[in-house]
Amino acid sequence: MKRLCVAVFCLMLVVYLRPDSAAAGENMLMMATTTSTDNTGLLDYLAPKFKEATGIELKWTATGTGKALKLGENCDVDILMVHAPPAEKKFVADGFGTERLEIMYNDFVIIGPESDPAGIKGKSIKDAFATLKTKQAVFTSRGDNSGTHKKELSLWKAADLPVPEKESWYVQTGQGMLATINIAAERNGYTMTDRGTYIKYESNLKGNPPLKILVEGDAVLLNQYSVIAVNPTHCAKANYNTAQQFIKWIAGPDAQNLIKEFKLLGKPLFTPNAKM
Amino acid sequence: MPSGILFAVAFICAVMEFILEGFFQAFHLLASGNAETYSAIWATVKVSSYSICCSLLIGIPLGFCLGYFDFRGKKPLRTVVDTLMALPTVFIGLLVYAFITQRGPLGNFGLLFTLPGIAIGQTILALPIIIGLSATAVESMDEKLRIAIMSLGANRRQLFISSLWEARHGLLAGAIAAYGRVMTEVGISMMVGGNIKWHTRTITTAIALETNKGQFGLGVALGIVLLAIAFCVNISVSFLRRRV
Repeated sequence: MKRLCVAVFCLMLVVYLRPDSAAAGENMLMMATTTSTDNTGLLDYLAPKFKEATGIELKWTATGTGKALKLGENCDVDILMVHAPPAEKKFVADGFGTERLEIMYNDFVIIGPESDPAGIKGKSIKDAFATLKTKQAVFTSRGDNSGTHKKELSLWKAADLPVPEKESWYVQTGQGMLATINIAAERNGYTMTDRGTYIKYESNLKGNPPLKILVEGDAVLLNQYSVIAVNPTHCAKANYNTAQQFIKWIAGPDAQNLIKEFKLLGKPLFTPNAKM
Repeated sequence: MPSGILFAVAFICAVMEFILEGFFQAFHLLASGNAETYSAIWATVKVSSYSICCSLLIGIPLGFCLGYFDFRGKKPLRTVVDTLMALPTVFIGLLVYAFITQRGPLGNFGLLFTLPGIAIGQTILALPIIIGLSATAVESMDEKLRIAIMSLGANRRQLFISSLWEARHGLLAGAIAAYGRVMTEVGISMMVGGNIKWHTRTITTAIALETNKGQFGLGVALGIVLLAIAFCVNISVSFLRRRV
């Protein structure tokens, strides 16, 4: 027993004495973001450059836009990088965020099996969704209140179609974008994704994925990413100044150029468009 | 029939290849000193040690009382403890989040997105297991033992210590079961820790992330790393058990 106690004590000592790299305070910025900026590796690529330029360490947690906004509302993060403009505008209007700054975009695409059993290739988004519905083709939806999910719901409405819910062909995964694409591929079905995540998927499969882009280029498919600093009058403890430093940096020419240079398989994933 | 066997063989080969690739990749991650992997290993070891220590310190005395003393409502209490062993991890994560968010009652401590925050949730996860299993261990002790110890003139504290000592193997089994549950959970670490790179990314949340990124091989490799750690822990425990 004594030996056991000594062993446990030593273990605790080792665990406690190890220096913790998490130096809290001004030099750290906590961000809530969406799965697409994380899963594509964009933040892994930007964070060290941000640290180099400003000395501030960027920490981020990646969830759907819905939860990211909730974390901002609850003052758990300092800044948001999200992509659901209507929800973001509401967030700012409700006084949870100060100002919304658009920083980059890519677009949504509808992907499906190369053989395209439902025949939606090259159609407009409206016709494509109507065809998917009449053909009852398997369609996987994020179903997680993320930016992509909100966009998809708005597209059903824009096409004057009731949003599918319990239909057997409509699969709500409740998971991240790449997981949802994989489920679509397993079911030989269709799904909607942002182009960045699709290119990441393509590169995972060495450029030869079973699902191909079938519908693209419609103006409504624009996918705008923005940053919002959490409102310091709502959250007294938020690192507002640090958040402003990040916003200034990401909208500046250097970071905008970095975003432009971020490529997989030689294809850019995001197009910078900050207006400063 | 032969085609069926052939298919089965092909299937097993494919699965084996998947796991084998994971093994190689796991070895490579460890041997090459991959910083991200070691950061996740360290976070996992650290947070699970915090939580197992806390839950043993709280849980063993409570479990002892529950097993040792007879009181009204003991049976229903046992049922409650046993039921709590089925607490879903995501649910615990959500509860802990509600308490430690900046706008929650414990928001001022800044525990969200930290390892101690995760440890709180994991302690809640481990406690019912420790309490339940140590109560069982104490209950199943020989009644004559207590009389023998008392007749030797032991005071209450000595009685407590020697009873625990006699029940040590049962207690250890409880601790190992709880450690396994704590080390492998994802829900609490994801919800409370936020899977923050270099800080709160544990092996399990890293597996979830790599799976989401479609890097299945890396996910398998990290799973094998986790098993290797559990193996080391259990080897040390069985070594200690032989000594005492």
